[in-house]
Amino acid sequence: MLTILFDGIAYGMLLFVLACGLAVTLGLMNFVNLAHGAFAMAGGYCTVILVNRWGVPFFAALPLAFLVSALLGLILERSLYVHVYRKSHLDQVLFTIGLVFMSVAAVDYVMGSGQMFVRLPDWLQGQFNVFGIGVGRYRLLIIIVCGVLTLALQLILSRTRFGSRLRAAVDDTRVARGLGIRVDAVFAVTFAVGSGLAGLGGALGTEIVGLDPAFPLKFMIYFLIVVTVGGTTSITGPFLASLLLGIGDVAGKYYVPTLGAFVIYTIMIVVLIVRPQGLFSRGGVR
Amino acid sequence: MAPALQTFGLDKRFGGIVAANDVSLHVEKGARHALIGPNGAGKTTLVNLLTGLLQPTSGRILLDGNEITHLKPHKRVKLGLTRTFQINQLFFELTPFETVALAVCEREGLGGTWWRLLASRRELVAEVVSILERFGLADVMEERTVTLPYGKQRLLEIALAIASQPSVLLLDEPAAGVPEDERQAILTIVAALPSDVTVLLIEHDMDLVFKFASFISVLVNGALFVQGTPEQIAGDSRVREVYLGEAAHA
Amino acid sequence: MKSSAPNQLKGSFETRARWQPLEVLFWVAAFASYYFLPGKHLILTEIAILALFALSLDLILGYAGIVSLGHAAFFGFGAYVAGLLAKHQLVTEPLLALLLAGLAAMLLGFVTSFLVLRGSDLTRIMVTLGVALVLREIANRYAWLTGGADGLQGVSMDPLLGLFRFDMFGRTAHAYTLIVLFVLFLLARRIVNSPFGLSLQAIKGNALRAAAVGVAVNARLVAVYTMAAFYAGIAGALLTQTTAFASLDVFSFERSADLLLVLIIGGTGYLYGGLIGAIVFKLMQDYLSALTPQYWPFWIGLVLVVIVLVGRDRFSSWTLPLRRLAARLDWRAQLPRRSVGGGG
Repeated sequence: MLTILFDGIAYGMLLFVLACGLAVTLGLMNFVNLAHGAFAMAGGYCTVILVNRWGVPFFAALPLAFLVSALLGLILERSLYVHVYRKSHLDQVLFTIGLVFMSVAAVDYVMGSGQMFVRLPDWLQGQFNVFGIGVGRYRLLIIIVCGVLTLALQLILSRTRFGSRLRAAVDDTRVARGLGIRVDAVFAVTFAVGSGLAGLGGALGTEIVGLDPAFPLKFMIYFLIVVTVGGTTSITGPFLASLLLGIGDVAGKYYVPTLGAFVIYTIMIVVLIVRPQGLFSRGGVR
Repeated sequence: MAPALQTFGLDKRFGGIVAANDVSLHVEKGARHALIGPNGAGKTTLVNLLTGLLQPTSGRILLDGNEITHLKPHKRVKLGLTRTFQINQLFFELTPFETVALAVCEREGLGGTWWRLLASRRELVAEVVSILERFGLADVMEERTVTLPYGKQRLLEIALAIASQPSVLLLDEPAAGVPEDERQAILTIVAALPSDVTVLLIEHDMDLVFKFASFISVLVNGALFVQGTPEQIAGDSRVREVYLGEAAHA
Repeated sequence: MKSSAPNQLKGSFETRARWQPLEVLFWVAAFASYYFLPGKHLILTEIAILALFALSLDLILGYAGIVSLGHAAFFGFGAYVAGLLAKHQLVTEPLLALLLAGLAAMLLGFVTSFLVLRGSDLTRIMVTLGVALVLREIANRYAWLTGGADGLQGVSMDPLLGLFRFDMFGRTAHAYTLIVLFVLFLLARRIVNSPFGLSLQAIKGNALRAAAVGVAVNARLVAVYTMAAFYAGIAGALLTQTTAFASLDVFSFERSADLLLVLIIGGTGYLYGGLIGAIVFKLMQDYLSALTPQYWPFWIGLVLVVIVLVGRDRFSSWTLPLRRLAARLDWRAQLPRRSVGGGG
């Protein structure tokens, strides 16, 4: 059972890294980016190419995956997304769905539709045995990496000037602008970092959840659930939500295989009805 | 005879902010009752409480002797309480004809009928047209509301509230935002409201208040400060202080 | 008093509720296609089903303003119910099975309607998406009932009304679908021109004000959502009955997304948007699939992106000339209006 807990935590933290960019984008720009998974997919495929085809070491490929996805995010944000910010949510949804379709088909065309695998370094494979619990090495790595990232994010948000500008812009964009904060630059950087993190998550996640061109579609709902349940006003909200989701999903699939998947869908629907602003957010419906 | 509208100890708190403080208001049947007070006194909050957009923290509201404190807004309309909004709340894509027809249909309990075409009810159509003529909107009745000048929109706002044939009408600053040359139309309409309709008027414009009202309540910081006839209020130095005090800070 | 063309568009209730000549032409052409396009029964049937599905979404999106990304939930539910009724020979008369499938979807719509009453557009998008995915998951899990990923096999359809066999050229299917579409369209047309329909438009425009006029907003929304679910369920059931097959993709996200695109192409809020959009979409899909069989979603995605960047309203305004033409062709609209209250 503790193995399941461990696996669930690993999965949850992975989800967090994947989804936190979406949460911040939604909270900051009130923008529904259903194409968020496409950036994760980009990071995953980038890593696959780097490691499998060009022999780049795994740990060098990870930051590169982050950079490639971040760059992609920055370019798309400045060229396309910026035109859609002021439009209705329906328009934003349609726009990002369009991007998803395009990216899925494009990746399918270029890379084929099969599952992708990353060649992991040997020492990352297998398990430790700690007090009788099977601790997967790779999953441990994920927990460590994601944990460090979460701490870093929290520190950046609370200790740096950029962080306080971001928090101000999330709280009240108009006032932040009035204070002289360059909100557009904050948007661009945040979007880029969020996409980069998604890419990193996609790279890390290849081993655990798989990678194929349909990734953005398959995982769209998971990201939305994290954001729905966790709310968009903090980092801790989505973090806790991701953990809840990760453990719930893994445990659900193990203990109640027939119902496993829709435990989480039902959680989302219930939360949306009872507390539309999310379980952990500070309140106020967006 | 029961007052048309009464509240008992109406309270509304938002966290630490007291928007309505123990308001016990009585509006007599057929009255021309004005509610005045400096900005932020809570006049619109009170209207929102009366119409059900806000739920009171405590207190009761009675319409013609019947308890309506926890009724949903649309149910209060059915019981005869309607309002206008300080900022026009209209259906921009509908025409004045459709807008007023909506109110008339709902009043007649036909709002939910889906099997008969609206066009087939001649008496209904005739009534809608006569209401629009009364409000000087007949020449624009087929135009989309969003294309109308603000003054006409304001008239439509009031026409909409009247179309429901209310027993109590809450007018929230009817002349607000209306350009000078269109104000007279509004004022004429307000003055010509049927005498069997009880009117509670929220206003800043003192000319309108003193011309129109038979009784005035002054609201300050969410509480009823003083009430009386126009002569009493005009002569009350405390009221002048409350307003002047505000002007001194402005 | 001169009414300009845009006002003739809106018109009074009288002119709008009456049949415009262009409308009549549309339906005559639709039915004529049965005779004049004999090789095209299959695709015309698909278009009709998609048109009905789009019509159902227009009812909630175009008239009540409810944004749904999971309307396929009702489509799929109707599809599977119809399939199961046929496969297990529970109800063998197709028309009766159709009605039952529609009612089943209607019930599902009623039960889930309270989910879309509260919350913003965003909440509704996510909730409706979630419901459709839950249904897909259920259909996937209960593979012993639904056939799972392989789809529902062994569906065989009895002759319609005991007389018309579902032939392999799709003639019966085509006529069947077209007639069902027309009947339901007539019903929808009546409803949107009724006081109920007006109250929906008011709710869409300003729900706050609608309540302040006495409209029981939630009750109306539940009613229209339920009705839209009925229509969508019928469309799904028609798909199963005309293809003798049902698979998980009736619940798919792509289906709901494509449906939004259909409605955007044709425009919302005047009933014909879904029908016109369905025709354009299917033809486009046919053309693109022939070009790039595997990757045509790429082009669909591109179309979506372009439409949003150009602006949805600007995009669907290509149908405005059609609508203006319809109003102009109506000789009754040219008559001088003596007094609006009398006559008409």
